[in-house]
Amino acid sequence: MSTVVLLTLTGLGLAALYFLVASGLALVFGLADVLNFAHGLFLSVGAYGTWWASGNLPGAGASGWGFVLAVIFGVVCGTVVAALVELVLIRPLYSRTIEQVLVTVGLSLAGVALLQASWGADPRTYPRPQWTQELTEVAGARVPNDRFLLIGAAVIVLAGLLAFLKFTRIGLVIRAGVEDRSMVTALGIDVRRAFTLVFAIGGAAAALAGALGGVYAGSISPTGGSSLLIFGFIVVVIGGMGSVVGAAYAAVAVGLLQQFVNYTSPGLGDICVVALLAIVLLIRPQGITGKVATS
Amino acid sequence: MMTDTAVTPGGTSTPAKRRWHPARFGPLVVLAVLIALPYWSIEIPGVFDTAINKPGTLQLLALCLVFGALATGYDLLFGRTGLLSFGHALYFAAGVYGTDVLITKAGYPLWQAVLFAVVGTATIAAALGAVALRTNGIAFAMVTLAFAQVGAITIGRDPGGVTGGEEGLPMDTAKVPDALVGVTNTVNLYWLAVGVAVITVLVVHAIADAPAGRVLAAIRDDERRVGVLGLDPYRYKLFAFTVAGGLAGLAGAMYALLIGGATPHVAVSDQTLTLLVMVVLGGPGTRWGPLIGGMLFTYLDYRLVSFGRSDAVDSLPGVLSGPLSQPLFVLGTVFILAVYFFPGGLAGLRTRLGPLARWIPDRR
Amino acid sequence: MTAILDISDLSVKVGGSHILQGVTFSVQPQGVTALLGRNGVGKTTTLKAVLGLMPRAAEITGRVGYAGASITRQPTFRLVRQGLGYVPEDRGVFAGLTVAENLRLAERAGSTPDYDTVHGLFPELRKRARQRAGTLSGGQQQMLAIGRVLLNPNRLLLIDEPTKGLAPKVVTEVAAALEAVAAVVPMLLVEQNLAVVRRMARHAVVIANGRVAYTGGASDLLDYTEKTKALLGVGKGEH
Repeated sequence: MSTVVLLTLTGLGLAALYFLVASGLALVFGLADVLNFAHGLFLSVGAYGTWWASGNLPGAGASGWGFVLAVIFGVVCGTVVAALVELVLIRPLYSRTIEQVLVTVGLSLAGVALLQASWGADPRTYPRPQWTQELTEVAGARVPNDRFLLIGAAVIVLAGLLAFLKFTRIGLVIRAGVEDRSMVTALGIDVRRAFTLVFAIGGAAAALAGALGGVYAGSISPTGGSSLLIFGFIVVVIGGMGSVVGAAYAAVAVGLLQQFVNYTSPGLGDICVVALLAIVLLIRPQGITGKVATS
Repeated sequence: MMTDTAVTPGGTSTPAKRRWHPARFGPLVVLAVLIALPYWSIEIPGVFDTAINKPGTLQLLALCLVFGALATGYDLLFGRTGLLSFGHALYFAAGVYGTDVLITKAGYPLWQAVLFAVVGTATIAAALGAVALRTNGIAFAMVTLAFAQVGAITIGRDPGGVTGGEEGLPMDTAKVPDALVGVTNTVNLYWLAVGVAVITVLVVHAIADAPAGRVLAAIRDDERRVGVLGLDPYRYKLFAFTVAGGLAGLAGAMYALLIGGATPHVAVSDQTLTLLVMVVLGGPGTRWGPLIGGMLFTYLDYRLVSFGRSDAVDSLPGVLSGPLSQPLFVLGTVFILAVYFFPGGLAGLRTRLGPLARWIPDRR
Repeated sequence: MTAILDISDLSVKVGGSHILQGVTFSVQPQGVTALLGRNGVGKTTTLKAVLGLMPRAAEITGRVGYAGASITRQPTFRLVRQGLGYVPEDRGVFAGLTVAENLRLAERAGSTPDYDTVHGLFPELRKRARQRAGTLSGGQQQMLAIGRVLLNPNRLLLIDEPTKGLAPKVVTEVAAALEAVAAVVPMLLVEQNLAVVRRMARHAVVIANGRVAYTGGASDLLDYTEKTKALLGVGKGEH
């Protein structure tokens, strides 16, 4: 029983990371049709930003409010990089989907290389507040606290995103744009202005995933973003390419499946996840929920 | 054998008329030069570290040919059929590991191992392609990416001690013909690599010039119209996917021989991304662009490492010398610029320079 | 009387097919101009080309003037803000959004949304404000699509097959609403239902083989059975 609880909470922690990566991917893909390979870079920027700030930024550190400040710094870095990428590189290629994908591919290669040039290819030890490594007893299972940190962060981001999409004017534009972008422009709305914002939001969520993923893993490396990114893609496809809620469901399914199967047979969980993807695509090529931002 | 291959930019092959034209013999001349290269001992300072016929340089050239061939095969999907696969590294890795494992673990002789590896890779490609091709566009890209990720994970996990995990699997050279083992025999491997490139180019060009190639091009331009004509696009796409997989397996087998084993990095997703970069830099859907793009990329990837360590770069301020010592930073940046400014790749330069060419007297 | 919309020598090529081959006509600033022609002749393409909604791959040449100024190559949202209202063929309502949200989306900074007119014409929209647009009937979706455009002041409406696929009773309802709107705003109307055209349209433009085959009075066209048949491929009484 306690093993099941531990596996469930760890699986949900993993799901939280996947969701943080996938929510931004889903919005960017849903609204702008950009398959964003640079998303892993935003994640790495968040991780390295936090790592750098905890050692160098005045007031920031590896514990308490200092760590919160470091994470905020990392998230701000990821957000700024994402917004700049959209403004400088993606926007000039508006509606040229393949070129946009290619640019993000180049960016992911160059960006990882740049991180390597700055801080080396080897993993760096990541600052972890002491309490995240302590254990809490839940139904007989001793669960590391970082799981709760991840789950809590993902739930807050999910709630915040849904509220943003539901109650703001620009959220309304984004939801409509995910359904039918050209019809939004035919109502007199400059939908491109929402692109930058969606990139920035996605970058922030990915950077948060990077910052918290570092706590979970204990170290960060320049290529760390790419494997999370692939599972992020899988979650986006299963969740319906553009749906935030769909991404949340899919993240939970993928995280739990992976964790439980990997427990019984290491490595098989990852394969099961891809099998799940194949099954979902064969049954419903558009994923679980279809292309609607919040349903 | 290559006399039909008139260079036509943009991939729209005109039926070759048997007329004396230098462009038709260009590839043959280049092939002859490639074959004869090991007999020359010229040094080209700044381009190669050693004389051309020294093992180090031949090894680099052979690698360039392998990746040129790999990119040419990949372009059968990307440039000629319009399929954006992000999982081609899987089939390359299957060729590398298939050959290596069959020789080292199962004790097969080289030629059988290569044959089984290539056929096996094509079979895997056919099976996975049959699933992946039920989707389109971006979903297809993600599914192929996910499949390849499973391959990378499997190789890394070392199932049954077969792949050697993170360490990779050095090839047991006792079962490889002596003529292909050792530094002194690099020249034979080089010729073999030339052969692999020639086979790949011939296969891809043969398909492109056949009626099937025109169907593939039509699928790339407008898939629905192909369906209207009563042809099943799915079968043609699966055919292209399988052939491209088999060719990747062949390139992988050559790579395993050349490197003397397998390392898990051949399977990672970045490998496919760099393939995409090679093809786009060279010119997708063109006759020679992918080959040239693949060769050039590989050459630069290796050469930029030593360039990054050179005094010229070291003397630059840290902000510049750091990034410049990373080949992928330089190549990634060049790639982004190329997407913006040279959409047709290197091969596209020809058409872009078209207006200039009109000032040159017509060769007819 | 100067035209509100002036299309000259408009050509559109998509892939290998040359849909429009030099279309020239103008829309008068009063009343309804019907844009007619057989299926697939390029009526929708004409509207989309005017609004800049054709896909990037389409090659478009020619000149479009709107209210005396050239609007070729202007982005769609800017044209719409200048009073060019558009109701597309498939209605273009956002299925995942509620009726109220669909309407709210059309609101613009700097102009007061005219909910009185919209709810006056289509009281149903007020009743169903919280319902998802995807669950509305075809007629209700059409009313939502038209209502959404009428929230803002328009100088010309481009309306594409508003009665397509609707039950006869609903056709009458939608047509009556459009007629009331047309009393105030000029309209370029693509319509297959000739009874609706006869009832509403003052002018008619017929496209055939990628070119304009007829311009003139709508009743002149419809009163000659032979001419109508030849141009539209339908009988006089059919609807």
